[in-house]
Amino acid sequence: MEKTTYRQALHDGLYDTLKSDPKTFLIGEDVGRYGGSYAVSKGMLQEFGEERIKDTPLSESVFTGLGIGAAMGGMHPIVEIMTCNFALLALDQITNNAGTLRHMSGGQITIPLVIRISTGAGRQLAAQHSHSWEGWFSHIPGIKIISPATVTDARYMLQAAVKDPNPVLLFEQAALYNMEGNLEDVREVDISKARVLKEGSDISFITYGASVYKCLEAAEELEKLKVSAEVIDLRSLRPLDMPTILTSVTKTHRALIVDEGWRSGSLSAEIAARISEECFYELDAPVLRVCSEEIPMPYAKELEQKSMPQTSSILQAAKESLHGGY
Amino acid sequence: MASKERTTVEQKIKEQLSVEEAKQILFDMIRIRELEEASAQQYSEGKIRGFLHLYIGEEPIAATILPLLKPQDQFFGTYREHAHALMKGITARSIMAEMFGKVEGCSKGRGGSMHIFDLSKSFYGGNAIVAGHLPLAIGMALANKMQKNDLISICFFGEGAIAEGEFHESMNMAKLWKLPVLFVCENNYYAMGTALERSESQTNLIEKAKSYKVEAKRVNGRNVAEIKEAAKQAIDFVRSEQQPYFLEAQTYRLVAHSMFDSQQYRSKEEVEYWKKHHDPIAEYIHQLKCLGWVNSNEIKEMQDKAKTEMDDAISYAQAGTTEDFQSCMQDVLIGEY
Repeated sequence: MEKTTYRQALHDGLYDTLKSDPKTFLIGEDVGRYGGSYAVSKGMLQEFGEERIKDTPLSESVFTGLGIGAAMGGMHPIVEIMTCNFALLALDQITNNAGTLRHMSGGQITIPLVIRISTGAGRQLAAQHSHSWEGWFSHIPGIKIISPATVTDARYMLQAAVKDPNPVLLFEQAALYNMEGNLEDVREVDISKARVLKEGSDISFITYGASVYKCLEAAEELEKLKVSAEVIDLRSLRPLDMPTILTSVTKTHRALIVDEGWRSGSLSAEIAARISEECFYELDAPVLRVCSEEIPMPYAKELEQKSMPQTSSILQAAKESLHGGY
Repeated sequence: MASKERTTVEQKIKEQLSVEEAKQILFDMIRIRELEEASAQQYSEGKIRGFLHLYIGEEPIAATILPLLKPQDQFFGTYREHAHALMKGITARSIMAEMFGKVEGCSKGRGGSMHIFDLSKSFYGGNAIVAGHLPLAIGMALANKMQKNDLISICFFGEGAIAEGEFHESMNMAKLWKLPVLFVCENNYYAMGTALERSESQTNLIEKAKSYKVEAKRVNGRNVAEIKEAAKQAIDFVRSEQQPYFLEAQTYRLVAHSMFDSQQYRSKEEVEYWKKHHDPIAEYIHQLKCLGWVNSNEIKEMQDKAKTEMDDAISYAQAGTTEDFQSCMQDVLIGEY
């Protein structure tokens, strides 16, 4: 297995996508000369030229809508929005156009568009650059939402998303760009399924993105206490792979959802509700959640870390689920 | 109208239009009027619901500009788009069935009056978020340019859209990236009930486009020959220069914004004045009659023909069916979800 970073994997995936599909092109703020604000598109301008690597003005709503229009016109645009906080400026285009036009036109319109967006906290960027809005976007029926946690997914999810005929939002985890990992020996990935990253029998940790690693760490701690935790990386946030979640909870009878979004009206709330609806009688304990505190993200390092799900808070919640708390 | 001014208008018609063409535009204006009046009638009978925005008073713009396009040029419009749909070749049957909410409608009855779509006619709506379709039109223009297919996209919107950020961002990007898109602003002076001068610090709209270095021209939206001349130039420019163009057509909505509008924001006298003196169909008929290009019999024939077309459309819509709900659950995404 080859070692690589999450950033390099995203870069290589983007390169391969642009190389293999002549209908693709990349647009966004500083994707060209600057090389991408997270350097994912570094060197692309030199390789593919200005026709296909396009720097945009700071006009999130319009360059996102332009991507939708170009997709309707037969191209396969890849739109980069620097952070999901800026994606809120494009919420109208994503919701009212990308998510709506196919159905509203009686199935006539096809929008093969990918929007890459970075998300997540942990880098002391305070309350306008640190939130996780993928839960909000997952409310919308007409789009798909995926988020890679592993370098393998970072490497291959984009290609799968570009091949998908639907609008796909790909949320890159800002906290993971520098993470190193082992690239699995595969050539493609399925973006419709969740993945069990660690099998277990006593409790199911259901999570995605950067929280995956905190869950794995907590699971390791629990092993020392002879508790076997299963860790599920959701990968697809819309649609949710409910069969994988339900199979796991039916086996372990306990569920803990870890979500960096705020608790109220969140993705974690949706998953908890579905578990209750679909396998309530399999549960030995209430479904629990570890989410970010409901405050705008503070800047100071210690305060920020305390606001987010951490291995310790995951462990604490797991123990509560298993024993009603130590 | 002063007689000297009239002569100029008529000279312009002779200069810009053949007799055939001039008559076709008149017939299309009458068809649009009939479609809108039939729609209003069906609304009052409860057959059409939701919002219904009529184009009465603005007919010359769609009737003159749309026939100048190639059939494959892509159209993006607003929620006041029945006329444009008709002019892009969508049948009155299909439009009426859509407004009746029937599966025989072009959007299967899922969209209604505000959301007419027919890709076989390159008609991309029917968009009801003001200015939300401008980015789509410039994106389509980019796709056309990248695929070198010699098509242009054309985007209609009202002057209300100019207050939205999307207008400014789209103008900027269209010029910056040299995108072949024709923007047509139908300035009817009221954004719902808000008059232009109560909404814009700069009411000279072409100056706004020019500030982005976009070529721009203003025309009288009741003057068919003037619209034709400017639109033809604009379309040729967009296609050959691969650059955007902004055309403002000044017009007046002779009816309410929608069926829910009691028009508190403008006086009855103002509306009556426009209806009496500036109904564009009456004006145009008068001009063509002065030229001796049409007579009353021909006009009567056109009106009867248009009425028959709309009656047939209503019968067709009436006989239509509602989409099966299971079918309506489809098309959210492609494939399993």
